[in-house]
Amino acid sequence: MVSKSKVSQLMRKEYRDFWLFISPWLIGFIAFSAGPIVAAIFISLTEWNILTSPKWIGLENFINLFRDKVFYTALINTAYYTAGSVTLGTILALIVAILLNQHLKGITIFRTLYFLPSVTAGVAVTILWLWIYNPEFGLANYFLSLVGIKGPQWLFDTRWALPALIIMSLWGIGSNMMIFLAALQNVPQELLEAAEIDGANIWRRFWHITIPMISPTIFLVLVMSTIGAFQTFMQPYVMTRGGPGNATMLYGLYIYFNAFQWWKMGYASALSWIMFIIVFVLTLIQFKLSKSWVYYETSEGR
Amino acid sequence: MKIEMKSRKFFISILRTVILYLVIGIGAFIFTLPFLWMISTSLKPEYDIFVLPPKWIPNPPLWENYPKGWSILPFNLFLKNTLIIVVNNLIGNLISCSLVAYGFARLRHPLRDTLFMLLISTMMIPYSVTMIPLFILYNKLGWINTFKPLMVPPWFGYPFFIFLLRQFFMGLPKELDEAAKIDGCSNWRIYWNIILPLSKPALATVAIFSFLGNWNDFLGPLIYLSSQEKYTIAIGLNLFRGQYFTYMGYMMAVSVLTVLPVIVIFLLAQQYFIRGIVMGGLKG
Repeated sequence: MVSKSKVSQLMRKEYRDFWLFISPWLIGFIAFSAGPIVAAIFISLTEWNILTSPKWIGLENFINLFRDKVFYTALINTAYYTAGSVTLGTILALIVAILLNQHLKGITIFRTLYFLPSVTAGVAVTILWLWIYNPEFGLANYFLSLVGIKGPQWLFDTRWALPALIIMSLWGIGSNMMIFLAALQNVPQELLEAAEIDGANIWRRFWHITIPMISPTIFLVLVMSTIGAFQTFMQPYVMTRGGPGNATMLYGLYIYFNAFQWWKMGYASALSWIMFIIVFVLTLIQFKLSKSWVYYETSEGR
Repeated sequence: MKIEMKSRKFFISILRTVILYLVIGIGAFIFTLPFLWMISTSLKPEYDIFVLPPKWIPNPPLWENYPKGWSILPFNLFLKNTLIIVVNNLIGNLISCSLVAYGFARLRHPLRDTLFMLLISTMMIPYSVTMIPLFILYNKLGWINTFKPLMVPPWFGYPFFIFLLRQFFMGLPKELDEAAKIDGCSNWRIYWNIILPLSKPALATVAIFSFLGNWNDFLGPLIYLSSQEKYTIAIGLNLFRGQYFTYMGYMMAVSVLTVLPVIVIFLLAQQYFIRGIVMGGLKG
């Protein structure tokens, strides 16, 4: 009897400690995530410039949104940018990871060189790319001229500004490359050797063993990169401010302009809610699709 | 016959190695080129920057671009501001995230797994959604144009770091704390005296990520800091770009200076860095 009550006392103490230990996050979650998300719903139903008090306008922001041409432009640009940078970035990261997974002398130096740009991502490097894309004296067009191509105006050309941002994003594939590299090193060597003995050529081994074995990682990289790409802000803000025209007006930038340049808090909140829903649905679709191509090892899972 | 086969195989393997090196090398060269271009530009006078074909080796190197660029705007002040925020956030992240991770890794509670799923799912919330309500909240509190909006939240955990530390704590043998518990140790002492000292590699990983994230942070300072004497390096550079765009040499010099600490820390602590990326990527 005594010991039983002592056990439950210990249990109670452990429960209490659990709440105490996680309390920083719990408080933070309510104050900085859950609370603001709920508040964003209410703000999106108002017209509010912060200086005066909010005016309740119901669904008007959402109705206006569907008549807003720039909204559609931002959506299309973001879809284009996300599709381009995620697809190309993932494929390139995988190819580089496969190349760097070879046992060669000095391979770690190469890994560092490919990895480095993804670490330095910041304003400094964004300004550097502004200089690289300089139509007259930039590095990009200089190299194109070496092979006889007259390079485009890049960030000053409505057709080339967004591709320029996509190309720039490929420079930062290093961290995804590292993730793939680790996944490749986890593929059981016996499996590949057994297949080789059975006469499977290198292409079939890659397609039928390596890819399925690393498919959970590919999936995770796709999901995380999509969420990240959809929110891209700093690059277009620093480089083009959405221009020329609205050619690089990405969704995150449009929210920022509405909220902090034009002080349309209600409208910006409505925009951000649409973004939330889109990101959520995209993630859901990726999860649904993953069932058909992602292979999870059964039993003995980690 | 046999020897011929062998030498042919040998030849193919040599060829394969050479081609591999060539492909990897050209790729690595392309990836490094922007950095070299940045350094090269930072050491050139104006009249050598805007020329075709570009001069790669500045002769003589113009070192004075560095002090001149750095002092054109109060970058010393920006650096001080950045360091205050970065150091505070690093300490805040380390303490809060390790506490929360200990709770999720070592203590039992019926709601534990549900709450952890909640924590993981918050990683997917776009920042734009919470940005506007938070700005309004901080505005009400009178925190706009202070460091508080940037320096307070890190004391309340950061999901990705909590996740990393929890994974690491769960890998530590449970017998350690069970033995300590029998000796009457409280959870606080187990956390402080047993788990934390064993977790230095994981804490180092979190520290590096925290440093880099805050050093490069752009949107936060941009929204919350309005007067120039509060600026961080990141938005100071953006101001520089807006005001002195044609001073390419100065701008590249300052850019080199702000990227340099990142590169140095990265090279020194690459293993911790890779561990974090890989743990986040493989076990998610």
